[in-house]
Parts: sequence; structure tokens; C-alpha cells
Amino acid sequence: MNEPTIVSFLCNWCSYEGADKAGNARLEYPANIRPIRVMCSGRVDTELVLQAFREGASGVLILGCHPGDCHYKKGNYKTRRRMLLLRKALAQFGVEPERVKVDWVAAGEGERFAKVANEMAETIRELGPLRLPLSG
Amino acid sequence: MAKPKVALYWCASCGGCEEAVVDLAEDILKVVEAVDIIFWPVAMDFKKADVEGMADGEIAVSFINGAIRTEEQGEMVKLLRRKSGLVVAFGSCAHLGGIPGLANFWNRETIFERVYKGVPTMDNPEGVLPQTRTAVAGKELTIPEFWDTVHTLDQVIPVDYYLPGCAPPPDLIMNAITAILEGKLPEKGAVLAPDKSLCDTCPLADSKPEKLSLKEVKRPYEVILDPEKCFLAQGVICLGPATRSGCGERCINACMPCRGCFGPTKGARDQGARSLSFVASLLGIEEEEKMTDEEVEKLIDQIPDPAGLFYMYSLPSSLLRRRIMK
Ligand code: SF4
Ligand code: SF4
Ligand code: FES
Repeated sequence: MNEPTIVSFLCNWCSYEGADKAGNARLEYPANIRPIRVMCSGRVDTELVLQAFREGASGVLILGCHPGDCHYKKGNYKTRRRMLLLRKALAQFGVEPERVKVDWVAAGEGERFAKVANEMAETIRELGPLRLPLSG
Repeated sequence: MAKPKVALYWCASCGGCEEAVVDLAEDILKVVEAVDIIFWPVAMDFKKADVEGMADGEIAVSFINGAIRTEEQGEMVKLLRRKSGLVVAFGSCAHLGGIPGLANFWNRETIFERVYKGVPTMDNPEGVLPQTRTAVAGKELTIPEFWDTVHTLDQVIPVDYYLPGCAPPPDLIMNAITAILEGKLPEKGAVLAPDKSLCDTCPLADSKPEKLSLKEVKRPYEVILDPEKCFLAQGVICLGPATRSGCGERCINACMPCRGCFGPTKGARDQGARSLSFVASLLGIEEEEKMTDEEVEKLIDQIPDPAGLFYMYSLPSSLLRRRIMK
């Protein structure tokens, strides 16, 4: 069965490493998660998230360094605020806010990465694919 | 030499764009001297058949205002496209969807229910709704179909240039007409306004602090704004940072924050998303490390209608384009 796609933006300094750890440790995480490396979770503009939805993603998972650990100091705080506000706007578009999730994964946290990714996959599986009107 | 032929057409808009042409005042005489207006339903008595009778490409330029939300509008703009060398999307509604585009938070069914049954001033005991075909006295009457979704002009036909604004100001209209007459147009697809943000040209920009933070968000009616001080610095959301300049800072000079009618600057794919991003990044910055998710949400709750605010003029042009109706 084709699982709905989840685009995952991973910050270079923590979460991407975390995902790498998970891979090296051969931890299971869902194949429908498409990782995209960004320098900082703060780089993830609202536009990028909406673009992911427009191009067929059913969920967007943004992972950054834990609060206080951002390589650029405060990018993760900014992304948290942005995505909370975006979630509220998404509800007005009839898109379930749970389709966007922000969480923190440190470089050493392979297991945490696998856990967060699996939970997100479960959420999206329950919600089903996002079918945007007027696409294609 | 024959004068270039020009058409003007009105789709889903308030009529302010038609007014904007009249607001050219004496300059309209210069325009009429230089061009032949061959179609302008609001002011002149030419019919669709007159346009149909023209050769393809015979009209030098069509200025089309309004969003596209009915079958009739779709048909007319396709006809004008075929007959015109250039098509200019005139005003916010043709450019981005504009205020009529906010209807994309609903659809035909919910709009009809409200307008023809729900509103308190409606007296419609039989619940009659508009039909595209109705039998009357053995004859059939037809009206154009009202669509579920409002479209920008360029979602329906190819557009060569955009004149932004609700409505476009006279100086930009005259610049555009002059550029067309002199053949000095920029590259196709350009927005005929400066590619700067409104803050770059705003008279209040000097009072905009280097480091802005919104500790609380106030709505314009909740405060008496100081007309001399950047509105963001007063805790009122102004969309100047994410909006294109060129309007003459009309709202700012009237002591109202910008709502984005000029659309975004070049390169932005989704004006609302850009606006949302910058506002979110300013919310409670100085306390950001201490705030819990709940506290952030509380701040966000001071923006009761984020989608309506950030997409006030651009919903149909947004990446999501409309609400998903359940
Ligand atoms: S935010 Fe608004 S008031 Fe402040 S400088 Fe920009 S346009 Fe002017
Ligand atoms: S200040 Fe903003 S909303 Fe007002 S006319 Fe200018 S661009 Fe449009
Ligand atoms: S570098 Fe990891 S969140 Fe900023």
C-alpha cells in the first residue's frame, strides 16, 4: 500500500545527525518520510511547508535542535511560533493542523528520531492523504 | 496612423478599478487622444458582438479588472485574450484574487445558502436559489454559472503584465499606459510597480525599531494609533514588510496599517505565508526562551483570524488556493 508522503525538514546540526544515527543503528522508521536537510529549523519558511503540501505531501515534520541548543541560537524558537500560527491558519483552510508538527531531536538521539517519525507517520495514516482541491 | 485599440473590462470586483480610470482626471484626455477605446461596458455602448467582430490580436491591450468567478467572466476574458496583443491584470482582484477572493473560504452552496436564505433581510419563503436555467412562460431563461472557486485572471488566461493595487493609483496607471505606447515595457510577467517593500518607502520607517518585538497584538479598533510612529512598533500588525511599495502609502497616511493590497515583492510565491512568517517571528521575541507552547499559543490567539488577515487580498493566488469543504 502507498503511504501518504511526509516531508521532513531536518536541521543540519542536530536532527539530521539524529536521523543518521537512527539509520546507522538500523532503527525502523517509516519509508514514507522524505528527509530534507536545512541549515536550521528556523530556515523553514511557511511558504516551504505550503509548497510541500501543494506538491503532494500529506504531512510536514520539522525537526530542530532542542530549545537552547540551536546552532544559530534562536531559530528553533522562531520556527515553533511560525508553525503554531500556521497550524491555526491551516484549520481555516480545512487542513488538519496535526499535519504540521515541530519537534526537537538532538544529534545523539537516534531513537528519539525514530519515535517521533513513527508517531507522525501514525498521525498521518489516521488522517489519510491530504487532497488539495484544484491540484494538477 | 491608426490609434492603438484599447479595451477595459470589469469582472468580479467592486467597481473601484473603473473609478480609478476616471480618477485619471484630465490625464484621461491624453489617453483618449493617444488610443481608441473600443470596448468599456461601464462607460460606452459597445457589445460583445463588436469584440467578436474584431480580428485576433486587433486590440493592442485589454485592461481587465476583477477576479474570475462566473462562467460569463471566464468566457469574456478568453475572448478578450484572443483579440488582444497584451492583457494587463488591473488591480488586486485580477492580480491576486482580491477581496472577492475571500469567498474561497466558502463555496457556491454555502454562499447561496447565506445570501439567499440566511441573511436576516432576505424574504425567500420558498428558498429559491439562482439556477443557470429556468423555465418562464414556456421560454427558458439562462444566467451564467457561479463557480465554487474564485480565480485570479492568470489562472484563467495568460496575462502579460500586472497593475497592482486596490485600486491601482493614477500615477502607476499613467506610467503603464505611457510604457505601452512608447514600447518601453519590462519583461513579460512583470508587476508594473517598484520592486521594493512598503517599509522601504513608508514615511514612518524611521520610527521602525531595528529590533521589533510584538509583546501583544492589538487590533486597529482597540487603540488610538499615533500617526507618526510605525504601527508595528505600536503593537498593531502592519503588512508593510511583506508588501510591494507603489501605492503612495495610502493607508499609512490615513493612519491605518497596510493590509497588503499591492501583493508581495518579486520572488514570493505566497504572500500570506510570507506575512504570517514575519509576524510570527516578531511575536514575543524578547521572552522567547522562557515561553511555553501554551504561552506562545496565547499570544497567537490575539490574532483571531490569521488566514483572513494574511490572505486578505491574495487567497486565490495562494498555494492552497481555497478551503477544503467537508
Ligand atoms: S511596518 Fe507599516 S508602519 Fe511600519 S514602516 Fe513598515 S509600512 Fe510603515
Ligand atoms: S498601504 Fe497597503 S493596503 Fe493600503 S493601499 Fe498601500 S499596499 Fe494597499
Ligand atoms: S541549528 Fe538546529 S534548530 Fe537551529
